[in-house]
Amino acid sequence: MIPAEFKYLVPSTVDEAVRMLAEEGEDAKVLAGGQSLVPVLRMRLAAPTALIDIGGLTELTGVRDEGDSLLIGAMTTHYEVQRDHLVQDHALLLKLVTDTVADPQVRHRGTFGGSLCHADPAGDLLAPALALDAVMIIAGPGGRREVPAADFFVDYFTTALAPDEILVDVRVPKHTGWSAHYEKLNRVAQAWSIVAVAAAVQVRDGTITAARIGLTNVGSGPVRAADVESALVGQPATAESISSAAVRASSGDGYKDNLARVLTGRALTAAVTG
Amino acid sequence: MTATAEPEIGKARLRKEDTRLITGQTRWTDNLQLTGMLHMAVLRSPVAHARITNVDVSRATAMPGVALVLTGEDLAAEQGSLPCAWPITEDMKAPAAPALAVDRVNFAGEAVALVIADSAYHAADALSEIDVDYDELPVVLDLEEAVRDNDLVHEDLGTNKSATWVYDSAEAGSGTDVEDEIASAEVVVERTFRQQRLIPAFMEPRSVVVDPAAGMFTVWSATQIPHILRWMLSAVTGIAEHKIRVIAPDVGGGFGGKLQVTPEELLCLLVARRMGRPVKWTETRTESMLSAHHGRDQLQKITLAARRDGTVTGLKVELLADMGAYLRLVTPGVPILGAFMFNAIYKFAAYRFVCTNVFTNKVPTDAYRGAGRPEATFAIERMMDELAVELGMDPMKVRELNWIKHEEFPFTTVAGLTYDSGNYEAATARAMELFDYDGLREEQARRRADGSPFQIGIGISTFTEMCGLAPSRVLGALRYGAGGWETASIRMLPTGKVEVITGTSPHGQGHETVWSQIVADKLGVPFEDVEVLHGDTATSHKGMDSYGSRSLAVGGTALVHAADKVLAKAKTLAAHMMECDETDVEFASGAFSVRGTSTSRSLGDVVLAAHVAHDLPEGMEPGLDADATFDPDNFSYPHGTHLCATEVDTETGLVKIIRYVAVDDVGTVMNPLIVDGQVHGGLAQGIAQALYEEATHDEMGTLTSATLADYLVPSAADLPSFITDRTTTPATSNPLGAKGVGEAGTIASTPAVVNSVLDAVRHLGVRDIEMPMSPERVWTALQGRGDPGSGDVAAGGLGSIDAQGGQE
Repeated sequence: MIPAEFKYLVPSTVDEAVRMLAEEGEDAKVLAGGQSLVPVLRMRLAAPTALIDIGGLTELTGVRDEGDSLLIGAMTTHYEVQRDHLVQDHALLLKLVTDTVADPQVRHRGTFGGSLCHADPAGDLLAPALALDAVMIIAGPGGRREVPAADFFVDYFTTALAPDEILVDVRVPKHTGWSAHYEKLNRVAQAWSIVAVAAAVQVRDGTITAARIGLTNVGSGPVRAADVESALVGQPATAESISSAAVRASSGDGYKDNLARVLTGRALTAAVTG
Repeated sequence: MTATAEPEIGKARLRKEDTRLITGQTRWTDNLQLTGMLHMAVLRSPVAHARITNVDVSRATAMPGVALVLTGEDLAAEQGSLPCAWPITEDMKAPAAPALAVDRVNFAGEAVALVIADSAYHAADALSEIDVDYDELPVVLDLEEAVRDNDLVHEDLGTNKSATWVYDSAEAGSGTDVEDEIASAEVVVERTFRQQRLIPAFMEPRSVVVDPAAGMFTVWSATQIPHILRWMLSAVTGIAEHKIRVIAPDVGGGFGGKLQVTPEELLCLLVARRMGRPVKWTETRTESMLSAHHGRDQLQKITLAARRDGTVTGLKVELLADMGAYLRLVTPGVPILGAFMFNAIYKFAAYRFVCTNVFTNKVPTDAYRGAGRPEATFAIERMMDELAVELGMDPMKVRELNWIKHEEFPFTTVAGLTYDSGNYEAATARAMELFDYDGLREEQARRRADGSPFQIGIGISTFTEMCGLAPSRVLGALRYGAGGWETASIRMLPTGKVEVITGTSPHGQGHETVWSQIVADKLGVPFEDVEVLHGDTATSHKGMDSYGSRSLAVGGTALVHAADKVLAKAKTLAAHMMECDETDVEFASGAFSVRGTSTSRSLGDVVLAAHVAHDLPEGMEPGLDADATFDPDNFSYPHGTHLCATEVDTETGLVKIIRYVAVDDVGTVMNPLIVDGQVHGGLAQGIAQALYEEATHDEMGTLTSATLADYLVPSAADLPSFITDRTTTPATSNPLGAKGVGEAGTIASTPAVVNSVLDAVRHLGVRDIEMPMSPERVWTALQGRGDPGSGDVAAGGLGSIDAQGGQE
């Protein structure tokens, strides 16, 4: 388990990191928490010529309140996300999903932004980012730009990030008072999800007024269960309306299609019944 | 020297090994750094079957830090063939097994070339600069396809069948003819089971260091078998045995996976000889999974003949056993160890076992925890459930009707073994009580009636195994190449401290603790005063090492005998010192005394007297050291009753174990904490076979489960809190009464889980589900569809990264 040789660079600002990326060219990689990249390096599945370690960029950590939304630094660790009160109060779904990521060691090293940039469709954090309409704030040589989650996840392990760009923050619209649940099916605790469903629901006076549902590991990226969401709006928060909406999570007859339907029903039920 | 107040044997002592292991105070093989040491890296074949038409090492040789690049051709004249110590039949076909492939590769992962460099980094870098041209050959993967001999793994052998081994009770005179019993049976149950391929997945990857200094080859290796390794390295290379010293330092697990003479051990030795410098090789996890031997992999066709009242009259076993591409150290014998265990705890009139060993283009198989016995136990315990279903009987009743009764011991089985002791009634009664069998049956009935998506099943496994390998004459009769005895030495130091030298080679079992407990009791010395030395052929010059749950029953007995010799001589000397007749001397609590008087001498006094030798009886040699070697007359036969309740999520196929009771009878227990640990670890591995682990290949023969993200080894988080208890029926074959516990949990648990899952869903039309019972397999079976295969359809894992061409 020995990686190929690489240059190791430690920038002290985001701007410097971006400059380094541009200088080192396409074969440079950003090293965040290293929980996905380091195994891949050790197995020589990737051999970047340079690693730009942004682990020291404290400007990229922490959760801030921005009024209607939260701004989560890309280098905020899973452990920090789990314990953050703003996340708990305004993006409960994100907290519940983060609770299920790997194990405590990984959660202390791995970062929210790193997981999103890795874009493993079996990774847990893509689905809630998509479901909660998160917006990626990206720094590049030409300044900053914003990309909605729906456009950020392009394909297997592929995002809208250009080779010389860095994800700096993730803006997550507040979902204050929404109930939420992450229903995850995996074979052992350390394994990726076979399928998982991230669901957040807003219920007022017994009626579902809004729903946000993201599916993990059913395609080349996270999938929004938009049909289910729209079928729920205006319906009473009952088992019947949930089950009739959940079947819209997938129309196929394969195993994962079945899981998408079953786990969507369970996620919604757990969210609604708390 | 003070006497120990309470007996050490039976005490739940914490392991004396653990402090150094847990705090990083030990040295593993990979920690060794020797002056001038070189590092070896191994290039492995990416294809499963091919002719090597060219190997170009010119670019690799020119890489920084590279001292030497070697191909199979470079070593062809000196590497010989890796040893197979168990030719099971006279006409067994065995291919030459080069450590480094010369002109052909026969499995993906086979070693093709070596880089020796000044650092592990430089060695790894140069590997990718070696160009090998492969002319690919048809790949043989499937057992049933392999026996048709359409494509051959080894063309020169003319067949993929290595050997066929038969045991027949009518021929052996141990029972009737199974075909007669089948013909006249009121019920015949026939089933086919697949034992999937498993990977031992020991925690410490393999590592070897060879130092050729000072006219000796010192070999450090993460091995279970330093003594056998020394013998075999000498036999293969021609290096005189006394010029090889093998050291197994602390070794991080083996499970049979380090019961091997590996290509890399041999290659390090050859390279060290060639270079005149120390050489180290340490594998990566993926390398380990691609090249260290695998386990299990059998296709089992089982026929059971019975009467309508549930009495089994005959058992016929027809096996295809996958050897992989080569016969390693005991590869051919692993399925044969199972031959004696398919009849398990039962009294069958007739038994026939036929096993065909088959070559495929896969990693060689060999010993893996249980080795032959889990396969046998699985098959018979599944069949007892199938018979119960066929007859509409309670599965425990069917077992009870057929098992050997306590008062019938010793009992000679239809497979020809004599079980010395056992009490299946007691173990089962205790297990049923702890499990709340009736309560769970009621809950099961309720959920069935409700049509709950979460169905409950109950699985039984009443098992026995043959342990304490092994009586040497039996091994000889089975054509095994070595004996089964074990040896121990006790050195009485002048200060009264004790050194114990054992021929067993612990790699996680806790021998240092238990051997100290045994000696403390026997000699009346404090536990802390005993040091156990092992795993170095220079200090422990002979031994048969550790595997097959043998160490305590065989090696522990040798230790008892050595202690008896120490005491016998000490008693003579004590009598001399106390000027009395030896028949008047008593030994208790570490001191000799003259019966009926207050005269006494501590063992320490006697040891010192023997050491200084100023006044010894006429003809007595100085010193009290003693050696003993024990060759058992019989195997030992642990048994137990395991009960497993699972909850099957019929909507997702997910299986959850909701209660697991293991009542084991391992004979007299030396240290209950260690026994519990062995049972827990064994259960984890057996349950893993039922639910999680499987070595999978694509159609080209590439291992697709070559990381621990893809090969699912469960952790404590995935397992229930086990309810364990014991009954104690001492073995009569050794003075400790010990039967062995290293493999019990693994052997017993797999069928308990599978029986449980099937019991949960049988009423929904499911007849069988292949192992591992993944959620997808269970769900697919519930849909009435065929087995989905062992695909990666539903897996997340690093395999998914690889499938994307290595991008991330």
